[in-house]
Amino acid sequence: MIISVASGKGGTGKTTVAVNLALSLEDTELLDCDVEEPNCNIFLKKKLKNVEDVSIPVPIINEKCDFCGKCSEFCEYNALAVMKGNVLVFKELCHGCGGCKLVCPKDAITYKERKIGEVAGEDNFYQGKLNIGEAIATPIVSAVKKKIKKEKTVIIDSPPGAFCPVIEAVSGSDYCLLVTEPTPFGLNDLKIAVEVLKKIDVPYGVIINREGIGDKRVEEYCKKNNVPVLMKIPHDRKIAELYSKGIPFVLEMPEWKEKFRGLYGAIR
Amino acid sequence: MEGKIQGTLWGDQMKQLTVISGKGGTGKTTIVGAFAALAGNKVLADCDVDAPDLHLILKPEIKEEKKFSGSKLAFIGYEKCIKCGKCYENCKFNAISEDIKIDELRCEGCGVCAYVCPANAIELKKRDSGTLFISETRFGPMVHAKLNIGEEASGKLVTLVRNTAKEVAEKMKKDLIIIDGSPGIGCPVIASLTGSDLVLIVTEPTLSGIHDLERVYGVSKHFGIETIVCINKYDINKENTEKIENFCKKSGIESVGKIPYNPEFTKAMIEEKTIIEYNNDPVVKDMWKKIEERI
Repeated sequence: MIISVASGKGGTGKTTVAVNLALSLEDTELLDCDVEEPNCNIFLKKKLKNVEDVSIPVPIINEKCDFCGKCSEFCEYNALAVMKGNVLVFKELCHGCGGCKLVCPKDAITYKERKIGEVAGEDNFYQGKLNIGEAIATPIVSAVKKKIKKEKTVIIDSPPGAFCPVIEAVSGSDYCLLVTEPTPFGLNDLKIAVEVLKKIDVPYGVIINREGIGDKRVEEYCKKNNVPVLMKIPHDRKIAELYSKGIPFVLEMPEWKEKFRGLYGAIR
Repeated sequence: MEGKIQGTLWGDQMKQLTVISGKGGTGKTTIVGAFAALAGNKVLADCDVDAPDLHLILKPEIKEEKKFSGSKLAFIGYEKCIKCGKCYENCKFNAISEDIKIDELRCEGCGVCAYVCPANAIELKKRDSGTLFISETRFGPMVHAKLNIGEEASGKLVTLVRNTAKEVAEKMKKDLIIIDGSPGIGCPVIASLTGSDLVLIVTEPTLSGIHDLERVYGVSKHFGIETIVCINKYDINKENTEKIENFCKKSGIESVGKIPYNPEFTKAMIEEKTIIEYNNDPVVKDMWKKIEERI
């Protein structure tokens, strides 16, 4: 079973849920797909061997080029500019579609792999990491997802928001846990996340984190729209302190392991 | 990436302050809301187009809205399609299935499929990616946007929000744009901060907060933008707060404010007020004074 953990709003507790769930169940594999800010290993503290580069192709223009301009005309992302006697390649804008090579009449374009990040991990934990200054995170999410071991219970920690890397991370999951907090911001962004999941057709339920800090509007929304509330994690000083130190709270509060197992039982 | 804004005629007077955090949920939007109440002659821009929240506090009254198309989408004319499979073979984004169906969420609108199709059966059309709003709030003009669900052009929409905010500022003779950014370090964040005059990173004293601060500071440094830091909920772990202060000192970043954990912030949010309207928070006011002097 593949379970992804997502949220519209950042900082609601995705990583907390993903890590503590992974530690509460048997035979799990945890994949940190929040490649812009991967935080799972702050809690797991694993030495990550097996580092693999993630690269995307960028065009290299060779001497056969006669500056006809067809490549830059074709490129939807403005990654190529042809001037008299020169072709400029804006590598960060290139999506690697391969179109420029196809349209080049002189066979003057080849591709070179350019590293944008890496995937590291072992056995039951992998994380992706986007290099600083790079814009395109989706290929790294895909590379992490190649590590999925279907025989295990796979838990995916997704990035926040509703943009392309989120969809890449959550697509193909059997279930998605949406972590939110009982505040107006939490509710607004939960609604956005629900729309994403409806669109990609993944079943979902809600976990309310920091219960008690806000109001009841998240619960009312869930009730009205038949969205199951699977767990409530109270606003608790001890949980917050353990989080701040990078300690998964199920290790110090083992009664929560049972609750996470119950949650798994409810969605499997 | 499209966010690079060239110097302009009025560029010398107008300043842009971008608020980001790396890690989500550290309090960016709450702080931008407070600045909205404190700053004088400004335009507000919500560049968290994925999951915008600033409107919940500022309750903008929409004056103008524009449809935004960030990228194209391939459409297959099945009456012409000969099922040769060339489009499927050439698509680098796995957006076309073997039985020749377009996956809208994966299609990046590159046009390769249309180019390789021997039957001329594929057409690229502009997709409806989102909406841009120019609004008025009780604290002045605000530019914001809504990205449609599953659309990929968040960087482009961020750039559009920023460019529109500049136009509004020019027209209304405002000298400051305050930008609410998104979490992370990728495309929308880069588009939110390139070309701004000052970046404020809002962090929190947790190990995740510190880790993400270091990464997102790497991005603002990469683009050569002056950066300051504020530590929210600094008293939840004072040891970590010290670590952040040491990091700032070592990196030559000014720490402009330490905000204690205070449930009043959430109460203000629930009442849809800024913390300034709610209880005139002195710590945030002090911090704004320091930032104002810098700008």
